[in-house]
Amino acid sequence: MFQLSTEGQSFVKKELTRYETKESAIIPSLYRVQKENGGWVSPECIAHLSQLMDIPVARINEVFHFYTMFNKEPVGKYHVQVCCNVACCMAGTREMLSGFLKDYKVDQGEITTDGRFTFTQVECLGACDKAPMMQINDDYHEGLTTEKAKHILQGLK
Amino acid sequence: MAESKILTEFYSDDNFRGIKGYMEKKGYEMLKKALKMQPAEIVGLVKESGLRGRGGAGFPTGMKWSFLPNNGEPRYLLCNADEGEPCTFKDRMMMERAPHQLIEGMIISAFAVQSKKSYIYIRGEYVFATKVIEAAIEEAYKAGFLGKNILGSGFDHDMDVYAGAGAYICGEETGMISSLEGLKGQPKLKPPFPAVKGYLGKPTIVNNVETLASVIYILRDGVAEYRKMGTQKSPGTKLFSVSGDVVKPGNYEVPLGYKLIDLIEKECGGLKPGRKLKAVIPGGTSAPVLNADEATRATLDYECLAGMNSMLGSGSIVIIDDSRCMVDMIDVITHFYHHESCGQCTPCREGTGWLHKLTRAIISGQGTEKDIDTLCKVADNMKGRTICALSDAAALPVLSFVPKFREEFEYYVREGISKVKGISYAQMHH
Repeated sequence: MFQLSTEGQSFVKKELTRYETKESAIIPSLYRVQKENGGWVSPECIAHLSQLMDIPVARINEVFHFYTMFNKEPVGKYHVQVCCNVACCMAGTREMLSGFLKDYKVDQGEITTDGRFTFTQVECLGACDKAPMMQINDDYHEGLTTEKAKHILQGLK
Repeated sequence: MAESKILTEFYSDDNFRGIKGYMEKKGYEMLKKALKMQPAEIVGLVKESGLRGRGGAGFPTGMKWSFLPNNGEPRYLLCNADEGEPCTFKDRMMMERAPHQLIEGMIISAFAVQSKKSYIYIRGEYVFATKVIEAAIEEAYKAGFLGKNILGSGFDHDMDVYAGAGAYICGEETGMISSLEGLKGQPKLKPPFPAVKGYLGKPTIVNNVETLASVIYILRDGVAEYRKMGTQKSPGTKLFSVSGDVVKPGNYEVPLGYKLIDLIEKECGGLKPGRKLKAVIPGGTSAPVLNADEATRATLDYECLAGMNSMLGSGSIVIIDDSRCMVDMIDVITHFYHHESCGQCTPCREGTGWLHKLTRAIISGQGTEKDIDTLCKVADNMKGRTICALSDAAALPVLSFVPKFREEFEYYVREGISKVKGISYAQMHH
């Protein structure tokens, strides 16, 4: 059964009173459980939050399913999000992403056998002057070339 | 006149990010000045300055502020830092390089509209910008620029940050309010407008990052000086995010009314060697595309681009050269809007799906001539029939790409391959 750490629980409690309504704490709390649950939010995470926050499961699920940054399935240790919007496409990210999928023998959204990577195509991340770019977990990697990107991935253990 | 750095004058200085460096460049001086003025006086100056919202709609800021009812209810100020319009990256730079500029602009604006609480709603992906802003808010509290009785003026103001979680629609002001309220980020029907009934049903002003920061310089330079830059209907400077086929993509601050072709050639170093200009998306992907002839004549102000049936939008400019397949590009754009439709209104939820299905069929070599017409018909029926502008934003690119570059669409359905690339989509990207 999933449970937040003591610090995680006090974080959620604090968020509950930080904003004008306690429901505003749902997004920050989902981020917290995602972080402590290895990068995704399981139904157990939602149940735990529901109890901790005294907000119905359905109410949390409504928010959870609306936003793309909450992962509905497990992801690898490194979630590689490749921007495939206009400027990045022009700079070749679709080819870059298909290259990654071939190299690591996975489809989008799957986890590599060693548990390291999940690759997904995402929409514009606001780094278009330095296209092509990708985001790995919280970090932006900009001004890539295919070689540079491969090197970054190889360096992640 | 080339680049005019008002907002971005000190952006290359790393010290400008911290409160000490910011104050060394006269930061927070205008807050001190503002707090000695009457709030209505500041609203009046912003109105007279002609400042228009920099997030996309270009609505006059002072007028927005004056819609607030005088009913004694608490008022909220929300900063829209959800920057999601594809190919826009100016607010991110502003927050990362000059967080105190935004904070100062917000406190002044909050004082002008007499709001005691503000939020900066930042898109979830901007993790670094969020950290920078949070640290700066903490510094501003310590310095006495936020909190109770700011600088002895009797004015109280609290500011906080709220991070979104990946939804383009939360950049729409009522979608943002829903999101901040802990709901799905779905837009609400207008009227009532947020200024009357916004966050938690209370009067709320939603302004973009760049808009709020600009208020400082209207106070500093005065209305007459501010209006010397830009045009009569579009005063001031604006940040333009340029991407795509130019030598030096990036953010550039120029006076409104600046020639698009000068921005491309002077600031951005021109096109890549040997390439010809084919098209320009002038204001984010929601803005109808300009062909090369229109782009050559365009000036960067709200009225010129509206006159070309396009829009200045968020100021994100995508330069497209003759090596690009327009069918491929519109497919990327329809995919985006389908992904981002919030699903609330049928014409948008279904329409964005059909637009993408049709462009995907054409690009996969399965399309027919009739599909090109259907594409336009679906797009046409999506306009003006929904709660918010996302549906129109999805329709307008289609309704400009297809008529302006129709021969590329016709070639694709006839030959099954791209006219420009000479190969199929599958060969292009896999």
